[in-house]
Amino acid sequence: MRFVSAIAEWLEERTGIGAALAPILGHAVPRSTASFWYVFGSATLILFVLQIATGICLALVYIPSADQAYQSLLYLNHGAHLGWFLRAVHFWGSNAMVLVLVVHMLQVFLFGAYKYPRELTWVCGVFLLLCTLGMAFTGQVLRWDQDAYWGLGIGASIAARAPGIGPGLVYVLLGGPIIGGRTLSRFFTIHVFVVPALLIALIGIHLWLVLRLGVNEWPMPGRVVDRATYRKRYEEEVHRDGVPFFPVAARKDMIAMAVVVLGVLACAALFGPHGPRGFPDPTLIDTAPRPDFFFLWLFALFALLPPWTETFILLVGPVVAIGFLLALPFLSGTGEKSWLRRPGSVLAVVVILLTIGTLTSLGTTSPWSPVMDGWSAKPVPIAYVEGRSPLELQGALVLQLKQCRNCHSLGGEGGLRGPALDGVATRLTRDQLIRQVLQGGGNMPAYGKNLNPAEVTALVAFMQTLHPADEPIARTATGPALGTR
Amino acid sequence: MCPNHELTTPASPSRRSFLFRLALALNALAVVLMGVPILGYLLGPLSRRSAQTWIDLGPVGSFPERETRLAVYENPYRVVWDGATAKIACWVRRLEGDRFQVFAVNCAHLGCPVRWFPQSRLFMCPCHGGVYYEDGSRASGPPPRGLFEYECAVRDGRLHVRGGEIPTLSEPV
Repeated sequence: MRFVSAIAEWLEERTGIGAALAPILGHAVPRSTASFWYVFGSATLILFVLQIATGICLALVYIPSADQAYQSLLYLNHGAHLGWFLRAVHFWGSNAMVLVLVVHMLQVFLFGAYKYPRELTWVCGVFLLLCTLGMAFTGQVLRWDQDAYWGLGIGASIAARAPGIGPGLVYVLLGGPIIGGRTLSRFFTIHVFVVPALLIALIGIHLWLVLRLGVNEWPMPGRVVDRATYRKRYEEEVHRDGVPFFPVAARKDMIAMAVVVLGVLACAALFGPHGPRGFPDPTLIDTAPRPDFFFLWLFALFALLPPWTETFILLVGPVVAIGFLLALPFLSGTGEKSWLRRPGSVLAVVVILLTIGTLTSLGTTSPWSPVMDGWSAKPVPIAYVEGRSPLELQGALVLQLKQCRNCHSLGGEGGLRGPALDGVATRLTRDQLIRQVLQGGGNMPAYGKNLNPAEVTALVAFMQTLHPADEPIARTATGPALGTR
Repeated sequence: MCPNHELTTPASPSRRSFLFRLALALNALAVVLMGVPILGYLLGPLSRRSAQTWIDLGPVGSFPERETRLAVYENPYRVVWDGATAKIACWVRRLEGDRFQVFAVNCAHLGCPVRWFPQSRLFMCPCHGGVYYEDGSRASGPPPRGLFEYECAVRDGRLHVRGGEIPTLSEPV
């Protein structure tokens, strides 16, 4: 022990690093900030460190080349010693980083910490959020599987919608006219060199601003921010009732840092690495691309937006959202900090969280996606074919073979794009069924050209049997003759 | 060399300011000489000629009449390290004789690969549920238009299409 401290003294005498760091670590912060509500920034930082450490390890093996990336990922999963674990930590760490970063941002927003004089800390944080999401998207591309390939196609399709510059954007994004080797090299460079460098620089500025401007005090209702008096009052409070950041506040940060890292390690050990899924051969089109967790809400949004609003919202939405985030500290830089006196802000957070949460949960089930094997893998329930006439049975066959089940479910199985067909006979009359089949409408294609009259007759006869025993089938008001079975 | 060179023989202010300006100018020159090639290299993809070229999809006989088949070609813009991603698929519909329609597999909505169902004569997209009729026109769902259709021609009994770029709304094939 004495030997160690002798070495430390020797080093300190020559470098002076300890003397330089001591005032930074020990700087006074308001006592109210030594709270578990203030730990999310540190937790995000340690997750970033974890991502760097695991990322460097993965880069030792990963080959950023379109013809070998997939194999090198399989080798990481199955060949490299503990490669699966490092991939898993990197994946779960990325999820955790996005999640904890968002929690940090919400805490900062609700505590009014973005207000005077910390506007630039917030602006810097917005860029950190964008860089982190950029890491999430580019990282998903490096997992060079079918999801990555078609995810790039989706990115290109969105970029192409930008008026005027669309085609140029696609070329710069993909590194050429089409997805291929150049694209992966490009995303590797962005993911491994460009954005991490930006992140490190931005984190440096972010931390410098926190040190310079002080940690935001616990917001008290009625204690409004005024540019003329705020800094003086803050310094008085720190002077009167401050505690040294290390160790008083830092111990809670350290607990949080350990908890998130242990959480990530536990998820990695329990659930393992994510993918790679299918081999990235664009001619294997029997695939249903899905984005990673953090972009599921966008996937849902693209499915649910009315088509005529889509291009506008795709292009204008991000600009408005980012612009609003950047402008926020300048729009409401003073006034009340406490969430208790900012009901609009609380409501905004609740609405945004509910929206993204709902869209994400819809994204996991994606009821708008046809079940591509619904027609061949989900049989008609036996109860629906028992005791049916030959014509009706023929109709059941038509229903299966014409892929109706890809969008319509029977007995809880099949697509959810269209309404379930159990009980359809109680909702639509025979004529309405025929019209719907032939002309389509709503989200249904018209089958008029693809079914012959005999098939339509059989199909409608079968659908007219789909009603509960105690509910009669729908008939037109003019008389039963039109609705005869 | 004496470390206090400047103190012992003070240069005239004009000489100092000249040296400072020279330093600025030399570094500015270096920045421009390095910066222009870097920008040119990065934005190189923008100064493109059209990458669209005629591509051979094989003998006409390999596509039965009144059927739609998946055809595969190699992206003409390929590099050796593209691996499997050099391969591009497209849907070839042969009406009869030399009349063809060739569609990109990319959905016109956001580019997912559409699948052909010969029984119902529909293309369906697995992502957001876009559906197209056999002639490529939009049937339902979010796509703003029909499938992207390649320009195609039959020469010497072989089917050719003009392609090479990823089809998007702003640059349909």
